Amino acid sequence: MRATMTPQELADRFVNKFGSLISNIRVKEWCEGVKKTPQKTVWITVPRETLNDVVAELIAIDYPHLGVIAAADNGDQIDLLYHLQVFFGGKHEEIEVVITVEVPKSDPHVPTISGLIPGAVYSEREKQDMIGIIVDGIPDARRIFLPDDFPEDVYPWRKDEKGIPPSMVKELWKVGRPTDRAVPPVAEPEPVQKSDTEEPPSGGATE
Amino acid sequence: MSLKKAPYELPIGPIHPALKEPINFTFKMNGEVVEEVDFAPGRAHRGIEWMGMRRNPVQILHLCDRICGICGVAHALVFAQAVEQIAEVEVPDRAYYVRTIIAEFERIQSHILWAGVAAHELGFDTLFYLAWQIREESVDVIEYITGNRVNYAIMMIGGTRRDITPDMFPRLEQALQYYEGLLDKMVNLFLNDKTIAMRCKNTGILTKRRALELATVGPTARASGLAMDVRIDSPYAAYGDLDFDIVLPEIYSSETVGDVYDRIVVRIFEVKQSIDIIRQCMKQMPDGPVLAEEKYAKLLMNLKKASGEAFARVEAPRGEDMHFVRMNGKQEAPEMWKVKASTYSNQMAWIEILQGEQIADIPIIVASIDPCMSCTDRVAVVNQEGEAGILTKEYLHRLSVEKTRRMQG
Repeated sequence: MRATMTPQELADRFVNKFGSLISNIRVKEWCEGVKKTPQKTVWITVPRETLNDVVAELIAIDYPHLGVIAAADNGDQIDLLYHLQVFFGGKHEEIEVVITVEVPKSDPHVPTISGLIPGAVYSEREKQDMIGIIVDGIPDARRIFLPDDFPEDVYPWRKDEKGIPPSMVKELWKVGRPTDRAVPPVAEPEPVQKSDTEEPPSGGATE
Repeated sequence: MSLKKAPYELPIGPIHPALKEPINFTFKMNGEVVEEVDFAPGRAHRGIEWMGMRRNPVQILHLCDRICGICGVAHALVFAQAVEQIAEVEVPDRAYYVRTIIAEFERIQSHILWAGVAAHELGFDTLFYLAWQIREESVDVIEYITGNRVNYAIMMIGGTRRDITPDMFPRLEQALQYYEGLLDKMVNLFLNDKTIAMRCKNTGILTKRRALELATVGPTARASGLAMDVRIDSPYAAYGDLDFDIVLPEIYSSETVGDVYDRIVVRIFEVKQSIDIIRQCMKQMPDGPVLAEEKYAKLLMNLKKASGEAFARVEAPRGEDMHFVRMNGKQEAPEMWKVKASTYSNQMAWIEILQGEQIADIPIIVASIDPCMSCTDRVAVVNQEGEAGILTKEYLHRLSVEKTRRMQG
C-alpha cells in the first residue's frame, strides 16, 4: 500500500518546496452519490519555468497518471491545464492535481514534460496543433490531428484573429438541395383540404 | 530496379481494421517482424470541440452522444458532471443510480462487442457470431430503458431524462441472469481455448511501468497490472456507494503479463462485475425525482449565468474519459470545452506493443487496446518505386487465419 496524503498536505508540500512560485492554490471537493464520496482536487498555478520541477516533485510523491493537457484561450494569454492524478488504485484515495501554466500569446513557449512523462507527447502535439503554443524540446513536433494541408498559423481553439476564419466554416444548412438532379418521378402531392367533419384516414396513427 | 533492403516501410491506413477513427500507421518491417511503429491520427477529425464552443450546454449533451457510437452515454455523463460542478447543480440521488445502471449496461455491450471482434481477428468466426448474438440482449435492455439503441439521449444536466422504475427491474434482472448463465461459457470459450491462448499469450506485451509512463487507461492499463479505475479511485454517480474492486488479470491468471490474453481476461471479468454492480444499484436505489430542473429554458438561463472551470472523469468501457469545461457567465456556450476520450490515452501504447511482432498479429494487437472497431477498408502498400498496391482487409484477415491454422498444425 502506498502512503497517501490529504489534498491539503499535498498543496502544503508544494508551497513549502516552491514558495511564492506557486499561486492560486485551490483545494476542492465535489461529492456524488448517496454517501457523498468526495472527488478531491488541488488546483495550482505555476510559471512555465517551474513546470518541470513541479511535475518532478509530483513524481517524487507518487508517479502520476497524465489525464490530458487542456488549453484555453484567455485573452492575451493561453492557459495550459495539466491534469494529473496521484494515489489511484486505492479505494477513493485518488487526488487530481491540475497544474495551470499561463503562457503569453506574444511568446507562446512552454517546456516539454515528456522527459518526465513520455506519454505527454501526444497531448503536447495536440496543443501545438489546436492552440498554437510552441512546446520547447518536444521529441516529435509533427502535426497530430490537423491534416497536412491545413493552413499555417490557424488554430481552431483560438478566439482571436488566429482562430478559424468564417471562410473556413461550412454551414451544412446553407448547402441546400442539389439542383442538377433529375426531376423526381412522382409529382408533389396536392395539399389536402382540412375539414373537421372528415373521418381520419384509415391505417394512420390511432390513440 | 533498385535493391530492396530491410527495413521496408509498410503504411497501413488511413482507413484501418481496428478503429472507428481512421488512422495512418507506418511500420518499418524486417521480413515479417515489425521494427518500428509510427501512427498519425486525425484522419477524420470532426472538430467537435470547436462545434461545442458555439452551442449551449444542452445542445452539447446531444453532441456528446455522437462522439462515440459505442460509449454513447460516457461522454454525455462526463460533460453533465463537469457542468453540474460549475453551476453547482444538485443532482437528485436517484439519478446517480439511473446513470450508473445505464453506464454498466453500456460496459457489458461494449466489452462483448469487443470480444467478438477480437475473435474475428483471430479467425474464430463462430465465436464472433456467438458474441454478437449475446450482445443484442444488452442493447435491447438499453433500448428498453432509454428508447434508443445507439445515441441514448438520456443524460441531462442535473440528472437523467427518464427514470428506471421498479416495474422495469424484472426485465433488467432477466438480462442479468441471461449474462450470468453465459459467463462460464464465455470464460471457457475465450480463455480455455487452445487457439486463442496460442495467438494471444505473450503477444503485444505492455509492462506495468510503460503502461504508467505512457498514461494508458482502462482495461489496457489494468491488463498490465496497473490498478486504476475511475469508478474506484475517484467515484462519481453511485459508484461511491457500491462495493466492488478493480479487476486485474490476477483474477484468472496466476501472473500478470500485460499481453493480449490478459486484456481479454480483464474485459470478460468486468462483464461479471457489471452484473453485480447493476444488482447492487437496483437494491439500493433511493426514491425521488431523477432531474433537478425539468424546465430547460430555466436550466439554460441558470447555466448562462454560471462561471468557473471544472473537469470531470468517468470510466468508459475503454478507460478514462475526461472533459474540461470553462464557462464565463456571459454567454451560453462554454468558453472552453476539452474532450479526452479513452483511446486518446491508449494510442501511445501501440508503439510499444507492436514492436517485434509479426504482420499477422497486427490486427489483433491493434484491436486489443480498443474495443471500438469499425469496418475496414483497405491497406495501401507502396513499394520503393512508388507503385501502389492494395492489401485488402480480407487479405490481412486471411494472413491472420492462416497463421492460426499453421500453429494448430
